[in-house]
Amino acid sequence: MTGRIYVVPIHRPLTVNLQFLAETIAARFGIPSVVLPLNIDPSRAFDRFRNQFRSTELLAQLLEEAPADAIRILGLTDLDLFVPVLTYVFGEAQLEGKAAIVSCFRLKNELFGIPPDNHLLQTRLLKEAIHELGHTFGLVHCDDPFCVMRVSTYVEEIDYKGDDFCAECRRHLSRRLEKLGGIHLRKASS
Amino acid sequence: MEKSQVGILVVDDEASVRDALYKWFREDGYRVDVAADANEALRKLQEASWDIVLLDIRLPGIDGLELQRRIREIDPSLVIIMITAYASVESAVQALKQGAFDYVTKPIDPDDLEHLIRNAVEQKRLRAENIQLRQKIEELSRADEIIGQTPAMKQVFELVRTVAATDSTVLIRGESGTGKELIARAIHSHSRRRYFPIITVNCGAFPETLLESELFGHERGAFTGAQYRRKGKLELADGGTLFLDEIGDIPAKMQADLLRVIETKQFTRVGGNQIIRSDFRLICATNKDLEKEMREGRFREDLYYRINVFTIYLPPLRERREDIPLLARHFMRRFAAAMNKPITEISPEAMEKLMAYDWPGNVRELENAIERAMVVGRPPVIRPEDLPFQIAQRERPTADELESLEDVERSHIEKILLKTDWNITRAASILKIDRVTLYNKIRKYGLRRPA
Repeated sequence: MTGRIYVVPIHRPLTVNLQFLAETIAARFGIPSVVLPLNIDPSRAFDRFRNQFRSTELLAQLLEEAPADAIRILGLTDLDLFVPVLTYVFGEAQLEGKAAIVSCFRLKNELFGIPPDNHLLQTRLLKEAIHELGHTFGLVHCDDPFCVMRVSTYVEEIDYKGDDFCAECRRHLSRRLEKLGGIHLRKASS
Repeated sequence: MEKSQVGILVVDDEASVRDALYKWFREDGYRVDVAADANEALRKLQEASWDIVLLDIRLPGIDGLELQRRIREIDPSLVIIMITAYASVESAVQALKQGAFDYVTKPIDPDDLEHLIRNAVEQKRLRAENIQLRQKIEELSRADEIIGQTPAMKQVFELVRTVAATDSTVLIRGESGTGKELIARAIHSHSRRRYFPIITVNCGAFPETLLESELFGHERGAFTGAQYRRKGKLELADGGTLFLDEIGDIPAKMQADLLRVIETKQFTRVGGNQIIRSDFRLICATNKDLEKEMREGRFREDLYYRINVFTIYLPPLRERREDIPLLARHFMRRFAAAMNKPITEISPEAMEKLMAYDWPGNVRELENAIERAMVVGRPPVIRPEDLPFQIAQRERPTADELESLEDVERSHIEKILLKTDWNITRAASILKIDRVTLYNKIRKYGLRRPA
C-alpha cells in the first residue's frame, strides 16, 4: 500500500523537533510519515469571545488541503483549541476518520508557572499526537495506565503514560491496518 | 461494568454540542446516541435501554425540566445529568430536586466531565449491586422457613406478621429448642430494618464483665487485654435489630445499664465517655419464668415491663405433635441434600415413634434425632432403630404409678439436664445442689447425654 501520514504545522513554527515526531509516528503505525507545511488559516477558526480556536474548523481545513495520498493528516499547533461545549481540548480527532489535530498550548510548563522544558513538551506532544491518530484508526480510551490510549485531562496524566500502545490496543490497531491494505506493525520500538 | 455496556444519551438542540459530546463518549468507549429535542429523546429512550442521560435544560418545545420529569416516569433508575448554558442556579436546583444526579455548566471543563461520568457510572453500578444484594438477602431469609400447620403455630405466624411491621419491642417465650431465634429472624426479615443487620447476643453465654464489653464495646486500654477499641453489639445493631437471647440470665447490674440504653438509645463504651447513639429494634427471648424471677428479686421489674410489650409464646413440640411429620420430613430433605444421601422416606413405624416421644428438647432435639438417623440409617428409609431414643424411658410417669424416691430423683435430674441441654452449672443451680453432687448423682444413676 502506498500513502503517508502527513504532519502539518499550523500557525507559528513549533519549538519541537517535527522530524523526530514524524519518524516516531511512522514507527508506531508502520506508515511513512512526512512533515508538510500547508496553507491553513487559523483566523477562520478564531472565536473572539473565548479568545480560542475551534478545533473542528481546523480539522475541516486540514481535510480540504490533504494531498491525495494522505492516509492520515495530523495538524500540530500552539493555538489554544476548543470545541463549543468544552472549555478546552488538547486535541481532536475524527474517530475512524482521516484527520486529527493536537495543540501544545496546554502542554507547556509555562502555563503552570514552572520553567519551560522543551524536551518534556516534545514528549507530551508526541503522546497526544499518537493518541489522537489512534482514534482515527478506531481505537477508544484504554484503562491500561501506561498505554498511550489512556485518557488524560491533566498533563501529569500524559507524563505518567507511555508513548506506545498496550498489547490489546496494538492488536486492535493491527487489525485495522491490515484491513486498510496490508500494513504490518513491527514490534514496538522507541 | 464494561464501558461498552454503558449507554449514554445526549439531548441538546445545538448540533455542535451533540457532535462534541458524542465524539467524547465514543472515544471513551461508551455506547452513545444523541437527540435534538424531547420527542426524539423519548423515542430513543423507548427504542433502547440507556443508563445515563445528559440533558440540556433549555430545549425547544418540551423543555429539559419537563423532559426530565417524563423520563423519570419511564425509567426512574436512569442517571440524569443536566446541562445548562449559563449558570442558572434556580433551574439547576429545580433539576436536582426532581432527582437529577448532577448538573454541569457549558462550556464544560473536560476534567469535570470525566469525573461526572465516572461518578454516574459508579452510581449506576452501586444501584445494580444494591438490588442484587437485596435479592440475595430475601432469598436467604426465605430459606430459613419456619414449619408448622397447627393452629398454635398459625397464630404465631400471624403475630410475627403483625408485629414485624411495627418497631415495637418483642419478647419471645418458649422452652429451649422451640425456635425462638428463628422467630426473631423472621420478625427482622419482615420488618423495614431487614436490609440492616440483626445482631444476636446470647446473654447466658458470657460472664458479667465480658457481657458488658460485648454489648457496649470498649475503648483501648479499658481493661487488661483491651488492646484495641471495639464496637459493641449495641453499636453494631444501629439501623437493625438487636436480639437478646436468654435475657433471663442477664446479671443484675447489667439489667440496670440495659434498661437505660433501651430507654435512651444512648450509651458509652466501657472505659470511654463519648456518647454513642444507636437506633435498634429490640427483640428478647427467654425460656425462664420471668415473673417468678421478678418475684424472687432476680429480674428487675422495670426492665420486665420495658421488654414485655408484645409477647409471642412458642408452644413446645409436644403440644403441637401434628407438626412432627412435617418437621421430620423437612429435616430429612435438608440433611439428605447436605449429606448427599438418598434417604427419601420415614417408615410408618419410625414416624409413630417420633409422634409418641415427648421431645423435651423440642424442635432442636427432633432435628438432631433426624440428623443422627440420616447418618446411621440405610437408604432409602429411616427406620425405628435409627432413632436414638427409647420411648419408654422418656414417658412421664402417671400419677398413680408407685415410684421410689430414687426413681423420682433420677427422672427429675434427667429432665433438668435435658432442659438445660446438659449445662451442668445451670442444672445444678436449678436443682439447688452443687456441681460435685450433681456429677455424683449422674454417675450413680448412669445418666448419659443423648447423642
